[in-house]
Amino acid sequence: MSATPASLLHLAVALDGTGWHPASWREQAARPRDLFTAGYWADLVAEAERGLLDFVTLEDGLVLQSSHYSEPDGRTDQVRGRLDAVLIASRIAPLTRHIGLVPTVIATHTEPFHISKAIATLDYVSTGRAGLRVQISPRPHEAAHFGRRTFPPLSLEGIQSPAGQELLTDRFDEAADYVEVVRRLWDSWEDDAEIRDVATGRFIDRDKLHYIDFEGSHFSVKGPSITPRPPQGQPLVTVLAHQTIPYQLVARQADVGYVTPRDAGQARAIVAEIRAEQEAAGRAGELVHVFGDLVVFLDDDQAAAEDRRARLDALAGEPYTSDAGIFAGTPAQLADLLQELVEEGLSGFRLRPAVAGHDLPAITRGLVPELQRRGAFRTAYEADTLRGLLGLARPVNRYATA
Amino acid sequence: MSKPLKQIHLAAHFPGVNNTTVWSDPKAGSHIEFSSFVHFARTAERAKFDFLFLAEGLRLREQGGRIYDLDVVGRPDTFTVLAALAAVTKHLGLTGTINSTFNEPYEVARQFASLDHLSGGRSAWNVVTSWDAFTGENFRRGGFLPQDERYSRAKEFLATANELFDSWHGDEIVADQAAGVFLRDAKAGSFVHTGQHFDIHGQFNVPRSPQGRPVIFQAGDSEEGREFAASDADAIFSRYATLKEGRAFYTDVKNRLAKYGRRHDQLLILPAATFVLADTDAEAEELAKEVRRQQVSGATAIKHLEFVWNRDLSSYDPEGPLPGVDPDVSGDHISKGRAQVRMYRDPLATAREWRELAAANNWSIRDLVINTGNRQNFVGSPATVARTINDYVQADASDGFILVPHITPSGLDVFADKVVPLLQEQGVFRTEYEGSTLRHHLGLAHPDEASNERVAS
Repeated sequence: MSATPASLLHLAVALDGTGWHPASWREQAARPRDLFTAGYWADLVAEAERGLLDFVTLEDGLVLQSSHYSEPDGRTDQVRGRLDAVLIASRIAPLTRHIGLVPTVIATHTEPFHISKAIATLDYVSTGRAGLRVQISPRPHEAAHFGRRTFPPLSLEGIQSPAGQELLTDRFDEAADYVEVVRRLWDSWEDDAEIRDVATGRFIDRDKLHYIDFEGSHFSVKGPSITPRPPQGQPLVTVLAHQTIPYQLVARQADVGYVTPRDAGQARAIVAEIRAEQEAAGRAGELVHVFGDLVVFLDDDQAAAEDRRARLDALAGEPYTSDAGIFAGTPAQLADLLQELVEEGLSGFRLRPAVAGHDLPAITRGLVPELQRRGAFRTAYEADTLRGLLGLARPVNRYATA
Repeated sequence: MSKPLKQIHLAAHFPGVNNTTVWSDPKAGSHIEFSSFVHFARTAERAKFDFLFLAEGLRLREQGGRIYDLDVVGRPDTFTVLAALAAVTKHLGLTGTINSTFNEPYEVARQFASLDHLSGGRSAWNVVTSWDAFTGENFRRGGFLPQDERYSRAKEFLATANELFDSWHGDEIVADQAAGVFLRDAKAGSFVHTGQHFDIHGQFNVPRSPQGRPVIFQAGDSEEGREFAASDADAIFSRYATLKEGRAFYTDVKNRLAKYGRRHDQLLILPAATFVLADTDAEAEELAKEVRRQQVSGATAIKHLEFVWNRDLSSYDPEGPLPGVDPDVSGDHISKGRAQVRMYRDPLATAREWRELAAANNWSIRDLVINTGNRQNFVGSPATVARTINDYVQADASDGFILVPHITPSGLDVFADKVVPLLQEQGVFRTEYEGSTLRHHLGLAHPDEASNERVAS
């Protein structure tokens, strides 16, 4: 296992439409008319790969984007509509060589059996660069698109109430089961199950295929997968987490957790909480990355970045707020901040470009060279798989008997 | 005046998980590595084929309570591999078989609309139905669907998906940066569906794709399946690739179109067909025999006999005579996850017939299975095969064929290199793609135009 040198940090970029600022689509560098074409996404991911980034995540959702948490907003002045993130990732995979591809999947409404084979297949078509970011949805209008169950109305503030926490716990418990099923299915074929033994006429050694026999309160899944174990064995599992309930999911099931500290002290506290949960879950010895999420406005001087943020806020008609910290400044200032947070135990960052067409190239052409000069970021891709880039070994199959 | 020559449609079926696929041949490559799919798709595109076709199976087959290990086992996720193939091809249609039982309309509509955007209008959906609890064990819903409801669910599933595809009209995205108007209509994508199987409402979140809707295939052969195809499908993936059966099926299904206000050319009949090619007809016949023996090993022959006998026959010698014992018609079937076994509706009669056949020809178990299964459709020199295919199409036995090679991934190469040029010389197959969408390749109208036509007629 090639541990990443302590001084190096990891960088991912979160892609969402034309960028994370709701007015980003109105910038010169944005290409809002191209959002529903493969070429748009291919260009962004190629730019990220040019910057030697570890991976890109692709946001997704089963409803139209909304400025309200749990209902549609009826707005026509922001980007609305999106393509399936797994399929975007797969469409881009053959066009790239090194960068990891991590689409969002919604555990609440999709089938773990389908998603397990979809991400396994993404791992095949990318030869070992696949992952997923698992997300839950307690939104009533999203549930109405499936018609299988109803959820009560919920505001972002309401999540903190006891009822909100109970709802959230239930959704995250389901997501934990979901990830468990997805992971078991990835292991349901041992690596050497395909034998092609012409003498006996057997294509597989069926003793090396395994039922997963999962039974939970939301679903039961028999297995095995229809797709053989993917190249990485276990593609990357990632989770965005803002509080204890999802921190537990990170600690128990994930390879990377994205967290949203506003300062060094919060970063230290969150990392400590996740490490404690990890120990409680019996995973103390395992490498689990904790990445900081940051929205970034990057320009060559700080005033330009702040002006741009102000201009976008004016276009949007309100100041941009985020669950994550918002940074506006220069690549050198951002590098300072990232290195400071690494001292608190974060091992990397998922940067959310405010304007994809502007801030992504600013990351790859400004921030990355700055970090390289400081000896804090890779100067060439050092591994062929996403797990390899993150210093994660290819896991032993849970069902294999030596 | 003779009628003008029909143009032939050709498609390539990626070799599947049954014994048609010969994995034991030294030329056989991986069934799961992406490089095999790339080779296969690029061969089909080089040959100007209409589309590539992927079948489906959502649970590994079992026989006698154990996973069936004699055929290729394992396949990728359909949507994911088709999206990746869109990156390495430019014109080839991408057809995926997707089940209407173990999916939800909102998600499937989203995936097909996304695939259609990401491929520039090349997606197609072979709508299949299923009800078995065996496959259901892999899904949230389980095996909940009574057998007689599978077509009602499939029809409503497709109708619901169409409502979602049509919930955007194609002119909603303005993206006027200066004026700050992204959407023309805040209600874009609105839908309400209330029915027996689905009760959903909201706003679909994928804008109208290049083809409007994916091209719709139907594959079922029952009376209900044929009506479903006549009312709702753009093409049928049929299993009647002989001249006589093909013409009967073709006539039957095309005659059903009128009552739905549809013309003959709005539903294509495309049977699955295998082929064996060699320099001469005689050599091809020899090679075909060899392929049949590769497809039916002794072990495979015993397992196939079990489909009818429905009992463990592992103690029988495949090179020996058929069992004297009769099929077990009492209980649960020995084979799980295999549609084929439903074809033997009267196992006792089939067993009787097969014993007579074997006795008359002095056949062993293996000889019998070789001779009764795996029909090879087109066997001969390239000239013979090209002529036969063209004759069948001109005689209305089909509108073309979905070819199923037996070697992965190179089995299509010889057809592309030797047969396609002959069809092109005869003026019955395209020499270049003339459009960018699968609808265009197949001569099908965009759904907006098609619905205008239907209203007008």
